[in-house]
Amino acid sequence: MTQPTYTEHHPRWLRQRISTYWWLGKWAYTKFILRELSSLSVAWFVGYLLVMVRRIGESEASYRAFLERATHPVLLTLDVIAFLFIVFHALTWFAVAPQAIVAHVGKKRVAPAVIAVSHYAAWIVVSALVAWLLLRR
Amino acid sequence: MQVTRYRPEVETDTTVEEYEVPCPRDWVVLDGLNYVKDQLDGTLSYRWSCRMGVCGSCGMMVNGEPKLTCATFLADYAPGPVKVEPLRNFPVIRDLVVELGDFMRKLVAVKPWIVRSEEKSVSEGEYLQTPDELEEYKQYSMCINCMLCYAACPIYGLDPQFIGPAAIALAQRYNLDSRDEGSAERLAVLSQHEGIWGCTFVGECTQVCPKHVDPAGAIQRYKLTAAMDWAKSFVMPKGAGSRST
Repeated sequence: MTQPTYTEHHPRWLRQRISTYWWLGKWAYTKFILRELSSLSVAWFVGYLLVMVRRIGESEASYRAFLERATHPVLLTLDVIAFLFIVFHALTWFAVAPQAIVAHVGKKRVAPAVIAVSHYAAWIVVSALVAWLLLRR
Repeated sequence: MQVTRYRPEVETDTTVEEYEVPCPRDWVVLDGLNYVKDQLDGTLSYRWSCRMGVCGSCGMMVNGEPKLTCATFLADYAPGPVKVEPLRNFPVIRDLVVELGDFMRKLVAVKPWIVRSEEKSVSEGEYLQTPDELEEYKQYSMCINCMLCYAACPIYGLDPQFIGPAAIALAQRYNLDSRDEGSAERLAVLSQHEGIWGCTFVGECTQVCPKHVDPAGAIQRYKLTAAMDWAKSFVMPKGAGSRST
């Protein structure tokens, strides 16, 4: 023990420093940081899409070269990781959405489970629509 | 029990002291601390009052989790040790006693009381409210200011300017009260960066709340309200309301 300066009527408060690795101490905090990180995956796919549209606008050859490069193992690995993060982002967001959205039908409050299920339903409908647009002959 | 001690007159940092306490099935952590205080070491400092989960005084970290020590059973941690520390994210005054001034200032800033533009006279009678209107804010009125949510919130720990979960939940409690007319005044405080936008929805405040207030939900609802008001101000520059929903 050391002997710091102490004044009776103005005691020193102890302010404890937060560790840089605070988010590793509890799964809920780690999950939160992963969810924040997943926004990088969103940015990755947005950038990917924009480049693809640009190549399509340039020429067919340019687009085919883009598709060729997209099959590179490094890019494919990045895509898979980004996709997993996107799914994680969507699932964790849908899990907390009922807390943020309070809807009423008439005077009755919509049950949180209904809000969560409606998110999943919208996800499925939009995914099916995109799949239909892309796969139809 | 492993109890964190901080004696500013002789120490520059915390130390941990171990005490052997009985562990009857009906003893809570606070009973263990009271046993230490009464039987083993009278110098131990901590706050408590009602011993029934109402006053919100006895919040501490128990095995790393923010808990009301009057509602946390020792037997759940048997055979121990039970680690008791002061609430995280607050300056420690002594042992398990933390400094509350910052929270109190923030609480006052959000005006957690009914604001009226014009008060009715007594002869006009009381402000009536239906059960449905009561139900709108009742959940948020359960807050006992125990500050467990602040101890669970990493944002508050990293940025002490953040107004924090309980103060925002209490602001929402009054915004949703049909008798209140102060939501615009509160929004002016809470729409700043250190208000609702400081929250990144970690959600732990809701998990640790002993009264199921759901401060995280309150903050996200408030964000939605603020965003809608902002959007309305473009569409209806003169007519945008600020009643929270």
